[in-house]
Amino acid sequence: MQCEVRDAADHWLVVLSGEVDLSTSPEARKAILDCLAARRPVLVDLSGVTYIDSSGIASLVEGYQNARSAGLKFCLVDVSEAAQSVLELARLNKVFPIFANAAECMGRVD
Amino acid sequence: MSRNRLRTLRLKASPERLQEMRAEVTDALDGAGLGDEDRRLLVLAVSEACMNVIQHGYKGDPGGEIVLEILHKSRFLEFRLTDFAETVDPATIKPRPLDELRPGGLGVHFIRCVMDDYRYTVPAGGKGNLLIMRKRVKRVRETAENAM
Repeated sequence: MQCEVRDAADHWLVVLSGEVDLSTSPEARKAILDCLAARRPVLVDLSGVTYIDSSGIASLVEGYQNARSAGLKFCLVDVSEAAQSVLELARLNKVFPIFANAAECMGRVD
Repeated sequence: MSRNRLRTLRLKASPERLQEMRAEVTDALDGAGLGDEDRRLLVLAVSEACMNVIQHGYKGDPGGEIVLEILHKSRFLEFRLTDFAETVDPATIKPRPLDELRPGGLGVHFIRCVMDDYRYTVPAGGKGNLLIMRKRVKRVRETAENAM
């Protein structure tokens, strides 16, 4: 898995790619929670995710819950087919705000 | 009844071994008559089962051993996952309600959704756990190693 954090001035973009599993999801979790601690919206780009398991999903759920508690935006953007099918299996595709890209997300979500 | 052994894998109960395991399972299922989505979900379910063994069976001890056998029996793919950790009561292994939004606890739900059936039993040696998961398939390539 690769995990890159990009500072986009008004939000953080956490770009995950490759296989997000039990061995790599702690890194994703830390990146997401660190960004939220800086009190800016967090967008997680899943376009390059080829595999994500329940531990990876758990990292996203934890980020989403922390963001809600802090009153911050938390969105998934450009979700790959592999990630989308797991979100649907977990019935979380209607829970997370999901957008085609960061611009659409920042333009439409308060 | 035709029965082909598609693959037997032995791995240590370490999260770092999961990626390699998934690649092996993906390869073993090549030619099994599955679409990309079905194969991807089967690999997910098997990986989740291994995760449960790593986290809850061996409780993070990377020295534990896991054996995964993939068989074609008639019109089913059968995944037999053996561990040698403390035997658990199958009644305690349940998916959590999905209306609870919280991190974790989705592994058993994924297995239940993806597989046609699954059951826990005790391996022939009397120690550990054997999880047998089955998925109905249309066709399996008959070029695999024959067994019994």
